[in-house]
Amino acid sequence: MASPVGIFAEELVDVIQYYLGWLLTIFKDVLDLILESVGGILTFPDPVPFIFALILISLLITKRLVLSLLIGAAFYIIEWMGYWDSAMVTLSMVLVATLVAVLIAVPLGIRASSGEKANPVIKALMDFMQTMPAFVYLIPAVIFFGLGAVPGVIATVIFAMPPVVRLTNLGIRQVPPEMNEVADAFGSTGWQKLTKVQLPIALPSIMAGVNQCIMLSLSMVVIAAMIGGGGLGGDIVNALSTIDVAVGFEAGLAVVLIAMTLDRLTQSFRENGA
Amino acid sequence: MSSGIMKRRPLKAADDKVHDFLTTGIGRVKALIRGSVKGFAKEHRPRSKNGRTAKAIFAEAQSPTDEDGNEIMIQVKKLSKIYGRRPEEALALLREGKDKGEVQSMTSNNVGLYDVSFDIRKGEMFVLMGLSGSGKSTLERCMNRLIEPTSGQVFIDGLDFTSLNDEDLRIARREKMSMVFQNFGLLPHRNVKDNVAYGLEIQGIPESERLERAVASIELVGLAGYGDRMPSDLSGGMKQRVGLARALATDPDILFMDEAFSALDPLIRGDMQDELIRIQSELGKTVIFVTHDLDEALKLGDRIALMKDGRIVQIGTAEEILQNPADEYVDRFVKEVDRSKILTANLFMRKPKNILYETQGPRTALRMMDNCDRDDMLVIDGEKRLIGMARSDGILRAMNAGDRDISGIVSDVPSVRPDTPMSEVVQIMVTTDFPIPVADDDGILLGMISPSAAAETLRNGGGE
Ligand SMILES: Nc1ncnc2c1ncn2[C@@H]1O[C@H](COP(=O)(O)OP(=O)(O)OP(=O)(O)O)[C@@H](O)[C@H]1O
Ligand SMILES: [Mg+2]
Repeated sequence: MASPVGIFAEELVDVIQYYLGWLLTIFKDVLDLILESVGGILTFPDPVPFIFALILISLLITKRLVLSLLIGAAFYIIEWMGYWDSAMVTLSMVLVATLVAVLIAVPLGIRASSGEKANPVIKALMDFMQTMPAFVYLIPAVIFFGLGAVPGVIATVIFAMPPVVRLTNLGIRQVPPEMNEVADAFGSTGWQKLTKVQLPIALPSIMAGVNQCIMLSLSMVVIAAMIGGGGLGGDIVNALSTIDVAVGFEAGLAVVLIAMTLDRLTQSFRENGA
Repeated sequence: MSSGIMKRRPLKAADDKVHDFLTTGIGRVKALIRGSVKGFAKEHRPRSKNGRTAKAIFAEAQSPTDEDGNEIMIQVKKLSKIYGRRPEEALALLREGKDKGEVQSMTSNNVGLYDVSFDIRKGEMFVLMGLSGSGKSTLERCMNRLIEPTSGQVFIDGLDFTSLNDEDLRIARREKMSMVFQNFGLLPHRNVKDNVAYGLEIQGIPESERLERAVASIELVGLAGYGDRMPSDLSGGMKQRVGLARALATDPDILFMDEAFSALDPLIRGDMQDELIRIQSELGKTVIFVTHDLDEALKLGDRIALMKDGRIVQIGTAEEILQNPADEYVDRFVKEVDRSKILTANLFMRKPKNILYETQGPRTALRMMDNCDRDDMLVIDGEKRLIGMARSDGILRAMNAGDRDISGIVSDVPSVRPDTPMSEVVQIMVTTDFPIPVADDDGILLGMISPSAAAETLRNGGGE
């Protein structure tokens, strides 16, 4: 059977569940609430008003008319193919996962950038998180949180977080030394230096990380459907079990359209700066 | 194919137009919202408690005076800075009389500064000068503790600056001193006004007041009206004016400037030097100016400290240093400048215009000579190396002999180097009636000097 390494991992999961079960429950409830409210907001308007709102938001962010109309068209195609509800579930999972990942990853990245050298612990952890096959996260996620969207989101957060940590760290390290001298020479506190000098200069790099994080979340959301995450991933998993090419392709196309939309939006956010 | 391009262009153009329109429009709306939100916040924010000020920190100290009764702003006492892991070891070796190079090879520690002491008077423009690596930046940064000295002390206004705790150090840096950087150090995400206001923002001064003071400071450096530009829209000279405005905005007593004008081209640099002199005479700041350029030092410095290998070799006014160099090093430094001031050939040469290639045939050559109404021309080879000179009579000879090219009739010609002093050029010139070619060490023709240029030199008395 399993070697001591596997047995250790198993014991660890048991211990966590036994002693921290209550914490996990709270965690799950909170995430559930967030997921539900985001999903509720997304499905509250009918598709057509939603699409108009999306075009407007896209105009505000990208300031490109043609691109915004194309984004509207992409979402109209999703609705026309009949995947609107699934798409909204997937979208809310991606948004929540990205939000949680960024909230954890940016402070971690800042922390990692503060030492002389790259923080070896954080670096190893990131390597581990990113290269461990994504399926593996599903196992403890299911044990801790049962089936459904929440364990899917948690597995997604773990899988999609590393690029944000890396690129935040890198972005801050690449701030020209003269800029740090400027902050110090004018008597900035550490916090002022971080928020007024380092983070704004590192912002393009951080946004590149967020962009990657969103893309990874989308790819993970499909995998998470295997534990009942639902959404477009659920449609794809069903199509696989019934060998339904048509549904598989349509749902896959919907994922691609969402991915391209989110990519263009975050990318132009990065180009236009804050 | 072409119709496709034709069709796409108007679409792209229209899209760009919409983009520009939206960018400005949304920018305006954002500014409006930000303005009203800030206005609301300002009214409803509790007044921040007034913390410790630089005045309080420096209150106890008594600023000393020198023997002539001048107030002293900064005293540097036995300051040393060793870069590396075992500074004590390096200091011990230095005390034994070893020099920077020896210490470096024996301990792998790098000596930045060793045992430097001097005073800077209030309102003085004090220049630190020396070759690259002599420790100028290290010394300047030890004075505001961007670099922590290994040993020794710095007194500012009579207060031991080196012993201040972090909090007091920050306050002193905010209110007492500021810095101008070689590469300007402007924050790329802020416009000119907000860059200049940075120091005031750090002090916690409310937005309306700090923008007011920023605008005043921007006007002081002659950039009125540029407040809303981004740094990337400005030329180098303007950027450094912004850097100067930012440093002046907090109304500090001391201004540190590290090679502040070195990245600018010579003309702008001269302007900035004049500007600094004007501002300093108006405001009476104490300025510590680092440069490796003696001309700049002589122009700006009330006093100049010459540095070498982490030590100061001489301190004095420009006159004192020029007339009475303290040692051979200073002497060489000063001579270096004198030599560069001598007029050299490269200053007077013109681009070589009418030249022949040695592979050209005699008929072509003769025609070119006719065209520019000359009867002698310089000849070069395919790699632009100077071969010599061809005369029309020689070319005629070659033509009659049926030569394929003119390489047979090229005669030698005296040439000079770009750094040859004009005095020598003139001596050669009187022996020929021909423009003197200027060639580099590889023989490549760079230009030529005509007799009229030489005459100019003689008239101005530069050729002696
Ligand atoms: N961070 C550092 N670590 C190690 N050695 C350093 C460091 N900074 C400077 N030094 C060394 O200290 C000496 C003085 O350097 P410093 O930068 O003060 O010279 P400088 O006179 O300002 O030269 P430059 O004209 O090139 O700016 C040099 O030998 C340099 O190599
Ligand atoms: Mg320097």
